[in-house]
Amino acid sequence: MKSFDYNFNKLLQHEVRLGIMSALMVNDWVDYNSLKDILQVTDGNLASNLNRLEKEEYIIIKKEFEDRKPKTSYQASDLGKKEFQNHLIALEKFINSQQ
Amino acid sequence: MSNSDNQQALKQLKEIKEMMSRSSKFLSLSGLAGVFAGIYAIIGAIVAYQLLHKGNIQINDYNTFTNNQLNHLVIQLFIVGLVVLLLSLGTAWFFTKQKANRLGTQMWDRNAKRLFVNFSIPLLCGGILLLILVFQYNLIGLVAPLTLIFYGIALWSASKYSFDELKYLGLMEIALGLIASYCIGYGLLFWTIGFGLLHIIYGLMMYKKHQ
Repeated sequence: MKSFDYNFNKLLQHEVRLGIMSALMVNDWVDYNSLKDILQVTDGNLASNLNRLEKEEYIIIKKEFEDRKPKTSYQASDLGKKEFQNHLIALEKFINSQQ
Repeated sequence: MSNSDNQQALKQLKEIKEMMSRSSKFLSLSGLAGVFAGIYAIIGAIVAYQLLHKGNIQINDYNTFTNNQLNHLVIQLFIVGLVVLLLSLGTAWFFTKQKANRLGTQMWDRNAKRLFVNFSIPLLCGGILLLILVFQYNLIGLVAPLTLIFYGIALWSASKYSFDELKYLGLMEIALGLIASYCIGYGLLFWTIGFGLLHIIYGLMMYKKHQ
């Protein structure tokens, strides 16, 4: 069997986007700088993938001020959580079929 | 072909696992720690009740103790409170450490430090104020309301660095403290509700939600 037989989510078959969603699955809100720390990627890379996820409505964005500095935080939407879980199930099925 | 797909899938799973553990928040196990803190608080309240009962003391106004015997009692109550606080902090530390070890992450990260600072400042401020009020002005009746209020403020200010729900626990503690400051004779009762009951309920909720 080949991988395209499985319900892999194309948007999530990407290291940075998968990393963002993983972090958001186990946290309520994560701010931009923490995400950058966790994923250890460049600003450009992180920002463009966050935009992509926002466009597909996988994540929710919250902008606020903390100590007069703007702070952007992210949360996984219900859709994002569901898609992430489906992707995990697809991965699991795929690996099981290989054994 | 199929073999490299398999590698790819395994790599993705590894990535997910690593990101999840690396980003888990400091007090991810605060649920269980909260339940324990609640139980310690209730035991502490029972001990305090017995101490008060033995000494045949009723706290009906802001200013009830003047002689040495009562002063001795206040110190005993103070020690009970301190033991409860230390046990609670120790348990929280233990659970967090255990989880960090299990996940192979660092416990004392940037988020943890910020949480600690934001929690400690209101709490320390309240603690010092209380020591002055009790030992300088004998205002023992204010102990329960003020501990609740300052603890609530500490939770509120720490909630930014932990779960959002901590904010609501903080607000409830503040509200309870304000009510308690109106009903001075019932300090121990409010104390038991705020530190015992609320912690256990919150802990169970968090445990269910995040485990």
